[in-house]
Amino acid sequence: MSAPAQTAHVVNVRGYLTVFLTLLVLTVVTVAVSSLNLTETATVAVAITIATVKASLVALFFMHLKGEKPMVFWPLALTAVLVVGLFVSLLFAEGDHLFGTKFGDAFGTAPTATQPASPKPQGGEGGGGSH
Amino acid sequence: MDALPYTTTVRPDTGLTSPKLGIWLFLASEVMLFGSLFSAYVLLRTGAPFWPDQSATLNVPLATLNTVILISSSVTMVMAWAGAASGKLSRYRLFMGLTLVGGALFLVVKVIEYSDKFSHGLYPSTNNFLALYFTLTGLHAIHVIAGMVVNAYLLGPGVRMWTRDHVRFTNRVEIAGIYWHFVDVVWIFLFPVLYLL
Repeated sequence: MSAPAQTAHVVNVRGYLTVFLTLLVLTVVTVAVSSLNLTETATVAVAITIATVKASLVALFFMHLKGEKPMVFWPLALTAVLVVGLFVSLLFAEGDHLFGTKFGDAFGTAPTATQPASPKPQGGEGGGGSH
Repeated sequence: MDALPYTTTVRPDTGLTSPKLGIWLFLASEVMLFGSLFSAYVLLRTGAPFWPDQSATLNVPLATLNTVILISSSVTMVMAWAGAASGKLSRYRLFMGLTLVGGALFLVVKVIEYSDKFSHGLYPSTNNFLALYFTLTGLHAIHVIAGMVVNAYLLGPGVRMWTRDHVRFTNRVEIAGIYWHFVDVVWIFLFPVLYLL
């Protein structure tokens, strides 16, 4: 039977094959670049950029995100914000030796000799039970 | 079965069929699941005084082969949907079958990789990198198996819906495909992060 399906997306076999070939080429490129002995930062940047391009191609064309209704994008936008937050939050633990920053200073919590910000007068009682 | 509304018609307030919205909400939660493990990887690696040479520990050619296999099974999956959408049953069966073969080949290569690690005494307990490697690829392999179960159903007993409610069947294939492509997307990030960097 050849009942036309009520699918919102147009079948585009030639487009799928183009995406397929692009994904294969990008896979070869990402393996080739990793063997070039670039600096660590450059290797990471190239690998993640290529992976993001590949994932975007799959999402846009195979997962039909291209031309999808707005209601799909709202939860995805929220997810994107949360994922970015997940990785940005790592900076609080690792920013110091990744970028040489001092978050402690920025928030006025770093232990300094002069104790500028409101020292607690209670002494040992304010420690929250820690040793 | 008729109790489930908006499987073929668009729900007016969302502008989508309910399965379409459902799969994307599920995938949003999946992004957070894998995202938390990826961020654990970044945290443990950046905080480590020493990190093993990943590409020397793991088998890059086998992983490259698996990348090609999974990308190929993604394109056969979308071709299966295209076959269903244009009412060509034999074409649908061919490409859905190839998608299942792709998933099976991926798992075979994964088993070869795992057993090679075990035979060299490399276990999740060996170091943080291998713990992350086995956790991330193991969770991903479970997702591959889950997708294969759904695809096998749609190729086997589930195909009865083809004549009974063709539009709904095509939508099922599309939803299963969106999940399968997501599994591909996860691997697209796992491959460089675990094997190449």
